[in-house]
Amino acid sequence: MSVISRGFSGRRRPGGDRLPPGQYLESGFPVLSAGPTPPVNTANWSFTITTEAGETARRWDWKQFTALPAEQITKDIHCVTKWSKFDTHWRGVSLDTLLDGVTTNAGYVMARSYGGYTTNLPLPDLRDGKAWVAYEYEGKPLHPEHGGPARLLVPHLYFWKSAKWVTGLDLMTRDRHGFWEELGYHDYGDPWREQRYQGD
Amino acid sequence: MARAAVPGRLNWLVATLAETKEETATARTLVLDVPGWPGHLAGQHVDVKLTAEDGYSAQRSYSIASGPDGQRLELTVQTIADGEVSPYLTEVLEPGDPVELRGPIGYWFVWRPESTTPVLLVAGGSGVVPLMAMIRAHADAGSQVPLRLIYSVRTPADAIYARELSERTAASPLALTYLYTREGPPGAPTGRINADVIAAAAWSPHDKPDIFICGPTGFVEAAADLLIKAGHAPEAIKTERFGPTS
Repeated sequence: MSVISRGFSGRRRPGGDRLPPGQYLESGFPVLSAGPTPPVNTANWSFTITTEAGETARRWDWKQFTALPAEQITKDIHCVTKWSKFDTHWRGVSLDTLLDGVTTNAGYVMARSYGGYTTNLPLPDLRDGKAWVAYEYEGKPLHPEHGGPARLLVPHLYFWKSAKWVTGLDLMTRDRHGFWEELGYHDYGDPWREQRYQGD
Repeated sequence: MARAAVPGRLNWLVATLAETKEETATARTLVLDVPGWPGHLAGQHVDVKLTAEDGYSAQRSYSIASGPDGQRLELTVQTIADGEVSPYLTEVLEPGDPVELRGPIGYWFVWRPESTTPVLLVAGGSGVVPLMAMIRAHADAGSQVPLRLIYSVRTPADAIYARELSERTAASPLALTYLYTREGPPGAPTGRINADVIAAAAWSPHDKPDIFICGPTGFVEAAADLLIKAGHAPEAIKTERFGPTS
């Protein structure tokens, strides 16, 4: 039950049915980070996938990573701070490509970033064309403020799951909280079910 | 009361506007009575929801400006021209009107009164709001931890809480440095945050302060970079950034 705000009519914008509940359409690209933007040099950048046994299953340096088959991605993105942005264009490597041939019984993943950020996701949400590691945004190298040189891109979940400055994935058999999840944000974060905070 | 643990589900609560305070030409403080408010820590925010008669609703996040004070909450809202929610809150909402909110949200960008570490607060524009909550909570707790605030505003008229800040520098261990980016008081220099300001007004890295920076993205990036170049540990720096939000 909602309380009617006297005199509030609001602003229904075009594309209303593409907006998840509680979101508004943003034309800019706001930045949200918990701390300073970490300096990440592609000369010593790496991306690793670690199994639930703690073993390195895959590792790429920047040159190897950017030589992997890449895809053009066009997706709407939704930030838990209420803004959404339509038709954002990215280039990156599908997690299907990165996880190909990795043997695991894990059901969950912890994404790890330069600067110490973490976020947890179910492994199935990274498969079947739903997630990428992106290194270009709107035709240009991804800016550090937005997670460059490379960030996770999981556009069907709130954008804090799309970890900036990502450097690896740890496969986990049991779910654990990442950075924001430990601080009260939702473990899954489906914008269409408005799963912003724990308990939503 | 400050709580140590992250709470369970955040339910929507119906707040009532008790009074308003005009802070600047474009910023207004809403003093809200919130039955059922669970308490908060300085630096946290709330989600505010407005609902139209046909059921359409809009939500935005606003920083809490007040320290913990029972079921009373102050939000300072900067009006965004042609925004959807902020002009309603600053120009339409009247005392006695209900407004829905839930929180508190954000257990990262918080100052806890039991902390004994010196604090550096760096504010750009309305980014001062959650930092003001820290200053107020610090005073309410009688904390003797020294605070320094570097506050960047366009002109003196854009400074939110100017009188209260001035009074608090006399009454508590708070040092205040203003930066004016467009126009300062007569004789005062103008300019953006820079290494000289950091050297003069921030703590030395040897003091190992906790650092909170809040403001527009460009300001936060610049301030954080300067502090790291001055020798402060990135891990000591907590940031809250806002882009254009309506």
